[in-house]
Amino acid sequence: MNRFDYVRPRTVAEAVAAGAQPGSAYLAAGTNLLDLMKIGVARPARLVDLNYLAGLDTIEELPDGGVRIGARVRNADLAHDLAFRRRFPAVAEALLSGASGQLRNMATTGGNLLQRTRCAYFQDTASACNKRAPGSGCDAHGRENRLHAVLGWSKTCIATHPSDFCVPLVALDAIMEIEGPEGWREVPLADFHLLPDATPERESVLAPGELVVALRLPPEAAGFAAHARYVKLRERTSFAFAVVSAAACLRIQEGQIAAARLALGGVAAKPWRARAAEAFLLGAAPAEAAFQQAATIALAEARPSGDNTFKIELARRIAARALRLAAAGTPERLPALPASPFAPLPGGLHG
Amino acid sequence: MVEVARLRHGSGIGQPLTRRDGVLKVTGQASYAADNHPPGLLHAVLATARIARGRVAFLDLAAARAHPGVVEVMTPANRPALAQDPDDKSVPFSFRLDLLQNDRVRYAGQPIAVVIARTLEAATEGAALLAPRYEAEPVEASLDAADVFVPEVVGAGAPGETWHGDVDAGLAAAEHRIDATFETPMQFHNAMEPHAVVAAWEGNRLSLDMPTQGLSLTQMRLAALFGIQPEEIHIRSPFIGGGFGSKLLSGPQVLGILAARLVGRPVKLVLRREQMYGPVTHRAPTRQRLRLGAAADGGLTAIHHHVRTATSRFDDFLEPSAGVSHTLYAAPAIATTNEAVRLDTGTPGFMRAPGEASGSIALESAIDEMAYSCGMDPLEFRLRNYAEIEPVSGKPFSSKALRECYVEGAASFGWAGRPLLPRSMRDENGMLVGWGLGTATFPALMFQGEARAVLRQDGTGLVETGAHDMGQGAWTALAQIAAESLGLDASRLEFRAGRSDLPNAGIAGGSAHTATAGGAIHVAGAQVIARLTEIAVADPRSPLFGAGNIGVVARSGRLVRWDDGSRSEAFGDILARAGLQEVEARGMANADPTAAERYAMHAHGAVFAEVKVDPELGQVRVTRLVGAFAAGRIINPRLVRSQYYGGMIWGLSFALHERAVLDPRTARVVNADLAEYRVPVNADVPSLEAILVDEEDPHVNALGIKGVGEIGITGTAGAIANAIWHATGVRVRHFPVAIEHIVAAGDL
Ligand SMILES: Cc1cc2nc3c(=O)[nH]c(=O)nc-3n(C[C@H](O)[C@H](O)[C@H](O)COP(=O)(O)OP(=O)(O)OC[C@H]3O[C@@H](n4cnc5c(N)ncnc54)[C@H](O)[C@@H]3O)c2cc1C
Ligand code: SF4
Repeated sequence: MNRFDYVRPRTVAEAVAAGAQPGSAYLAAGTNLLDLMKIGVARPARLVDLNYLAGLDTIEELPDGGVRIGARVRNADLAHDLAFRRRFPAVAEALLSGASGQLRNMATTGGNLLQRTRCAYFQDTASACNKRAPGSGCDAHGRENRLHAVLGWSKTCIATHPSDFCVPLVALDAIMEIEGPEGWREVPLADFHLLPDATPERESVLAPGELVVALRLPPEAAGFAAHARYVKLRERTSFAFAVVSAAACLRIQEGQIAAARLALGGVAAKPWRARAAEAFLLGAAPAEAAFQQAATIALAEARPSGDNTFKIELARRIAARALRLAAAGTPERLPALPASPFAPLPGGLHG
Repeated sequence: MVEVARLRHGSGIGQPLTRRDGVLKVTGQASYAADNHPPGLLHAVLATARIARGRVAFLDLAAARAHPGVVEVMTPANRPALAQDPDDKSVPFSFRLDLLQNDRVRYAGQPIAVVIARTLEAATEGAALLAPRYEAEPVEASLDAADVFVPEVVGAGAPGETWHGDVDAGLAAAEHRIDATFETPMQFHNAMEPHAVVAAWEGNRLSLDMPTQGLSLTQMRLAALFGIQPEEIHIRSPFIGGGFGSKLLSGPQVLGILAARLVGRPVKLVLRREQMYGPVTHRAPTRQRLRLGAAADGGLTAIHHHVRTATSRFDDFLEPSAGVSHTLYAAPAIATTNEAVRLDTGTPGFMRAPGEASGSIALESAIDEMAYSCGMDPLEFRLRNYAEIEPVSGKPFSSKALRECYVEGAASFGWAGRPLLPRSMRDENGMLVGWGLGTATFPALMFQGEARAVLRQDGTGLVETGAHDMGQGAWTALAQIAAESLGLDASRLEFRAGRSDLPNAGIAGGSAHTATAGGAIHVAGAQVIARLTEIAVADPRSPLFGAGNIGVVARSGRLVRWDDGSRSEAFGDILARAGLQEVEARGMANADPTAAERYAMHAHGAVFAEVKVDPELGQVRVTRLVGAFAAGRIINPRLVRSQYYGGMIWGLSFALHERAVLDPRTARVVNADLAEYRVPVNADVPSLEAILVDEEDPHVNALGIKGVGEIGITGTAGAIANAIWHATGVRVRHFPVAIEHIVAAGDL
């Protein structure tokens, strides 16, 4: 690990001032950043520790019916907040399907959104990687890439964004609140992460020094609570990133889908909102044929970036599964194995 | 020599004692090698090669040396001289070591320099600052490599080829034939505790804290390397955080010792997790072709088990996967053959059940395929081909309660009524359910070991031997044997182990440590009792006077007349009257060569698995595992059950999880950490049962112990593969089974 300066701002203004200096990195729980520093992938000159900031650590119910989650709220605290969980069950389920209990107790809202890809060549400083070292090439091509992207990738980078949390968030139109050297702004989560194109090193719209202070879910998001699921396919029952995952949220009125949200995880450099599939579902009967068709539409543009053709069909199937489960109703309680296909199918409906 | 009574009363053997070191471990008081901090300690960190073949052309020594806190950088240029070539393998079970002998790189992860600093952080950054430049050469990383050779020996000296009967004729005559190829991946031991050493020199005396599965072999090899006497080396290895075959002497540990010599101060060197993927051995990948023939009645007519595996370019260890086919199933013709390629990797080595684990998953899968093709239940098929004598050697088994394992395991699992056809069972959620069976087997081995036992006038005893506790429970099981051998309650016994200045207990390997060290303890204890008895029976003042040596047993701290329990005397009283402070004896135990000539000696077991498979997504979950094992005498059923559980979970890991991904272009392991090198988590193992099947073995060794450390892997991995087939109808022959193998088959 390189030698670095370490600062402990007390206010957001101090944090942004420190973060704006070249070479700075914000340190939240460090469950991703410190790992990357230990293996030499991240070598910041200055760590701006967010753990001693005042505020940014609450879950606020907003007067309009939305909710505002401070960037420092821990993943576990958010998932176990009863009011939040009741209104946004798919988000809680996604959170609890991620990482392990120990990690979730530490990991923060901001850190989860900004975690880096798990691409093995990104994590190995001896490999060529356009994301880590722009212009050096991409060693994932033609090598170990079975879990890489099938949507939105470019020749320069085929990595995925690994977060579970982001998937239902993007489905529910979450909005990021950002404080920066140039002032405050907000950005829809759907526009927050960037596809690689020619610049895979740019992963989000954050400008240097910009700090995520909160994330908001709009009031409409709570309208899906009765039919909201997250399903995650992973290679062990817990403590594994998604091979593919899907969040599906429905509003069903009089036997018709009145509103639909569908997003996929593990398929692209950003949480993938499947808007065309959502449009298709509008007005349809919540039945198998519609779910299959919607899932097919969601993956229409997918193509393999390597040894991962299988992910396209899997993503299609998990999208259909998520829709089917959402239509069946949010379970009364969170399944013992959150988001697992092995969680028993829902019995009682969300009340 | 006095005949040793086989069974004594009133001791701990057979009791389910909890680990004597358990509280120390769960409270963090058990100190592992890296927990030691002698005064003046410096930290050493390895710089390791990022290329797999070529030479180191440049190291930025100036940058590393200039880093604050860095004391020295050790490279081939200043590495202290050694008295022996690191390629010398005259010590048993040893491998060629990379000890900075030159600038060659022969695998990725090979140490190329050692940075020594006042703090771990400074040494770590110093190593990064070396920023090596290389002259790289093309690498070979695939089992498909063109240069194939036929090894003369595989494993620890087994023949590379064995022919028994006429395999071609057997296959030609068969009604049913299977010809299937299975692949198993490269795997790494990944013990929780990384390889570590804390080394301090005082002149030519070397003091070491390091985990080792072979105190005496380590001492011997270090003595040869450094040109000093073995007695000048003192190794403490009280607790080992898992070894699984990787913790004999490793190159990085020697480099830590060399670093201490170079700087003249104590040095600690601890491998980082990713540094364990290279210089400390691994299980090589295999490709195994199984050709089986069976007659119309399901009797096997031939087995040909052919293995292709890989070793390093500079040393030999050939994963002996075909060995399991020598003993498990009766067939008139059995052939095992091997071939290998050389890859630019570190040298493979002994990894828990070397050969048996990888071979068993292939053989058990093929047997399952054959059972189905004969239209027989997999258990019925195995019983039809039950080996009453070891088929290849023709020897009788010293004992074999495998039939009982099948029966007890099947009963507990509820195997009866299993539908023959795959895809026949679903649960209430629509998941496909499958049941599979695998037979477990592991040879009963024993090495040479020694122990010393003492009885003291105050009625306490001491037993010591340089045994190793890798977490398997040697501290407890061996103390139980010691207590029994002396007829003492364990609470009156001092038991010492885990140090090189104690009698040589051999190695903790081959599932043979309890037999070896326990056998030596048993003899030492018996010798002490015999001496004490001689004193007592010759003393007219003793109630035992005239009883004769064999007329007396030791029980609860007293010698007791065999034929008259009311005539006895306390150990201490006998010694006091004789004016002796203590009486001591040394004992030695070794495998009995005549037993091995006359008998085939193996532990056996039967493992039953239930899996559920999501028919849409292909995700597999093992929902139940029941293993029934017969392994001779059980010293401590609690510890033994733990070994079986651990083995079965390892088998699950083998079938579904573990795989090191070797990058084809660089020969580097791509997933060298525990986030990406997958092993199961608790949620993957919802229900485990291990049944201890009674088995008495009068031949295998004096204590009748067969060993339980490795067998649990075998059988289990195949049982799971077979259950997946039974659930889905998809036969995956490529391990670990991955989601894409299952969904490739379309909608289930
Ligand atoms: C073994 C393992 C398994 C895991 N499995 C999963 C999984 O299954 N699913 C899943 O979703 N995740 C998984 N994770 C990832 C885990 O969720 C992330 O590591 C965690 O959420 C990061 O949060 P943190 O607070 O520790 O962030 P840090 O590590 O502190 O920061 C991560 C990044 O975010 C930046 N950052 C942090 N906060 C802010 C802010 N407020 N504004 C701007 N930038 C900020 C940091 O500068 C850094 O670049 C796993 C992690 C590990 C180690
Ligand atoms: S896929 Fe992206 S992250 Fe991975 S090596 Fe290529 S450029 Fe780097």
